[in-house]
Parts: sequence; C-alpha cells; structure tokens
Amino acid sequence: MRVPGLILAVTAGLAVACAPADQATPPTNQVDGVACTKDKLPTLTPGKITFGTDQPVYAPWFVDDDPTNGKGFESAVAYALADELGYAKGDVVWTRVPFNAAIQPGKKTYDMDLNEFSITEERRKVVDFSAPYYDVDQAVITLSSSKAASVKTLAELKQVKIGAQVGTTSFDAAQRLQPEQDVAVYNTNDDAKAALRAGQVDAVVVDLPTAFYITNAELEEGLIIGQIPAGDGKPEQFGIVLDKGSPLTPCVSTAVENLRADGTLAAIEQEWLSVAGTAPELK
Amino acid sequence: MTSELQRERLAYKRSRSRRSTLVALLSTAAFAVAVGVTIARAPGWPRVRQSFFDPGIAWRSLPAILEGLWLNLRVLAVCGVLILVLALGVAALRTLRGPVWFPLRVLATAYVDLFRGLPLIILLYLVGFGLPALRLTGVPNDAVVLGGAALVLAYTAYVAEVFRAGIESVHPSQVAAARSLGLGPRKTLRLVVLPQAVRRVMPALLNDFVALQKDCGLISVLGAVDAVRAAQIEQSRAFNFTPYVVAGLLFVLLAVPTARLADALGRRLERRQGGR
Repeated sequence: MRVPGLILAVTAGLAVACAPADQATPPTNQVDGVACTKDKLPTLTPGKITFGTDQPVYAPWFVDDDPTNGKGFESAVAYALADELGYAKGDVVWTRVPFNAAIQPGKKTYDMDLNEFSITEERRKVVDFSAPYYDVDQAVITLSSSKAASVKTLAELKQVKIGAQVGTTSFDAAQRLQPEQDVAVYNTNDDAKAALRAGQVDAVVVDLPTAFYITNAELEEGLIIGQIPAGDGKPEQFGIVLDKGSPLTPCVSTAVENLRADGTLAAIEQEWLSVAGTAPELK
Repeated sequence: MTSELQRERLAYKRSRSRRSTLVALLSTAAFAVAVGVTIARAPGWPRVRQSFFDPGIAWRSLPAILEGLWLNLRVLAVCGVLILVLALGVAALRTLRGPVWFPLRVLATAYVDLFRGLPLIILLYLVGFGLPALRLTGVPNDAVVLGGAALVLAYTAYVAEVFRAGIESVHPSQVAAARSLGLGPRKTLRLVVLPQAVRRVMPALLNDFVALQKDCGLISVLGAVDAVRAAQIEQSRAFNFTPYVVAGLLFVLLAVPTARLADALGRRLERRQGGR
C-alpha cells in the first residue's frame, strides 16, 4: 500500500512541477486521456476527418446541397471544428448518410454526423452527442391563401390541419400542440410543402431557420405564423452525432465549447442564420 | 382383413416415417442452434439486440403500430374490393373479340401498360399531391382517399393481367361447347369461362393480395400514419429499430392466413382435377 502511495505522491509532485510547461499547449490537445490532435485522433482515415450528412441537405444549413463548399451554418461549423482540431480544409471528407443509416448499430461510415440532430436523453442511449452547437426553436408556416394565415394563438392553431416531417422534433412539437386533427407525417419537408401547396394541410411545423428559408425562398405566398414554445421550457439543441462510445466525442465536445467561447459559433450563426429569431412566439 | 405380411409392411413404413420425422427434427434443431450461436457470437450482436430486439420499446410502440395497422386494414378492405371489380372489367375489355371493340381494347391495353409500368411511389405522388394541387372542385383532398385511389389504379392493372391470363387459359373448346349449347357471348363468359379462369388464377390473386397488404402502407408518403409510419415515428424518438421489427412481425402474421388460404385452395383445385 505504501509504494503506490509514494508513486502517487511523486507523480502529483511532478505534475505540479510540470504544470507551467503544460500551459503553453492549447487545452484541446488532451481530453479524458485522448490526444485531440490530427496525428493522434483515431479517425476512420488517419489524418483525415470524415463528416456525414444526409442527401439532399438544405439551406440555411448547407448551400446548394454541397457540404464541401463551407457555406451554410452546418458546413461552416464542420470546417471551423476541423480547424479547431488541427485539420486543414483539404483533410475534411464528406460522406452522405441517410437518417436511418446514421443511427444504425453497425460500423459507422463517418467520424461525426451533422444533420440537425436534436439532442434527447433517449437518443443519447444509442449514440454520442457532442456539446450542443445550436439552440433551435420550432415555428409554424403556412400560405397567405390558407385559412391558417389568420391564426394568432396556440388555441387557434389547434383547429387547423398540421403537417411535419417524420423523425424530427418539429413533429414532436406539432404533436405537443394536441391539434384536433391528427398530425400528417411526411418523409421530408419537401413532401410537407407539397401537401401545404395542395391544401392537404393548413400549416407545417419546421425549425425556425428552415421556416425563414422556406417562406422567403421556396413558397411564393409563404408566411410564418409564429414560434411554438419549447416543450418543458428548455431550449431544444442540435448536437453532432458520433458513434456510441466514440473516443472522438470528448475532443469534439471540447472543440465545440472552444468555438463557442471564442465567438466563432456566434459569428457563423450571425452569417447564416441571422434572419432567424424575429418571429412572434405563439401563446 | 390385412395379412401378416401387410401388417409388417405397414409397421415398417410407420417406423421409417417416425425415423425421418426424428431426423428432420434433429437437423432443424441443429441448424437453429448453429445459426443462433453464430449470431450470438458475432461481435456486434449485443448492439444489434439492443437496437432491434428491445422488449421494452417493442411493448411501448405496440399501441401506436396497432392503430396504424387498423388504417392499413381498412384501406386494404376497400381497395381490395374495388380492385377485384375494376380488374375484372379491364380484363373483360382486353379479351373482347371483334373489330367494333378495337378502341376499348386499345384503351384497356394502354391503361395496363401505363399503370403497371409506373412505379407506385411516383403514382402516389402524382395522384396524392398533383391532383389536389389542381384545385378542382369535387376532387377529394384526403390523404387516405387519394392514396387509396393510387393503389387501386396500380393494382387494377396488375390484377387485370392475372384475370386475362386466366380467361385466356380456358380452352377454346369450352367456349365453342357453350356457344353450341346456345349460350350468348356474355353468358358464356359469366357461366363457363370466368368460373374456370378465376379458379386457376386464385393463387396468383392471393399473391397480389399479400403484396397489396404491404403496399397499403405506402400511402403514408401522403401524410397518413399507417403501421410502418407509426413504427418510424417511434424509431426516431429513441433511435431504436425495434418498432420496425414489431410492425414487420404484424405484417407477417397478417399474411399467414392468406398464405394458408392459398394452399387450401390449391389443394382443392388439385383434387377437383383428379389429383396428382
């Protein structure tokens, strides 16, 4: 018992003695015993970092369905993150992973996946989430010709037919409203938009940045009815999905926190999502 | 009165049959164990079990999936009847003889070519989102009705071809005999040709029925929540695929009665034709 104690004491002493030298290196270099540097990170391809995302991907998260151009919020976050971890732009590889494939239990084809994944405790049981990189609000959109255009309150919203994309927290938000008619569920927001145009639903729930993009750029007579209040008062947050127990997770989370601390995240948000945040909150 | 020799023969036969049953049982058990062990020893098995076979999630997702399945069943019942009636009509049009019927024959053939060729999912989008977007008055705007209409359009084309094959498989001598008995063309079709034709194509019809059972769920792309969609919603909540397995098993259970019915009908047909 004595010998380990001695070793511990000596190591502790050494650590204290070495502390000033450690300060010279940035804090991301080592998290939970994993070296967070390009040459040490156990990525799929050594020296490269592979990001996954769906196909197609949409503005304002990505621009022109091309994640490699660095344009759009999530593409910009990915490149900032790669930079923070010491990867050059050329070391970043993108792979397309549909939603279901991203969360299948087998071997992952990506190091990390950015695809507007909302963090929930339930999902955390099967995948790792990085520290959140965006707080998201849900909003309701409609057409100016629809009967939902005059909706001003949550009570009125309950009386119209609402649609949402399957597997999204937008759908959960729509259900939380407890509308009088069942929520219509679509494969994609594109399908939901088609149903809105066809008059099969009166309103569609999407996240706020997407709501601004759809109503400004995609729907001719599109209009935002307002934001839906968060479920339990807590904001919903997007996290980067990593394989369950991935050795990369602590590094990625630290990198995200660093990007937040030095204002990079805020700047990217300002650049790509600045239109968001001005819709009225429905009560 | 059976002879001693015959009794021995029967006893021997019985013992052989018992032996083969035993061998079959043992080999099945050995096969199952081998498969089970291989899967259970796979390095990824714990995660696969957790992702696909979680009893808690299965139980929790069951009510929503059953509610979705109820929609599947109602769509199946209504569409099934419509498809049978319409397909028989199309098949009858396609088998009409005589130059007078040429335009009808062409129409029926064009219908079959178009709707059998068109991928169902595209047809669903066209009917489900395209038709109501025209904003014509009188066009229904319910996802289930429109989806059902698309299913009927597509499956009528398939089933019409099955009926036609049956009708054309009835030997011409049957028609000639009916006509010589003084039956008109319509009565010949109704009393002589169709009963034989339908019996012959029954297995194929039931096959299409099982296919329809599963395709009823495709109307979920138009916003309706069927069993598969309900499973998908549950799956995305917890990132766990167990609800799909639950829905899959329910569909298999649904198909079993149809399969046994097909078997029974097949046996009856064999007996009627003198057995083999």
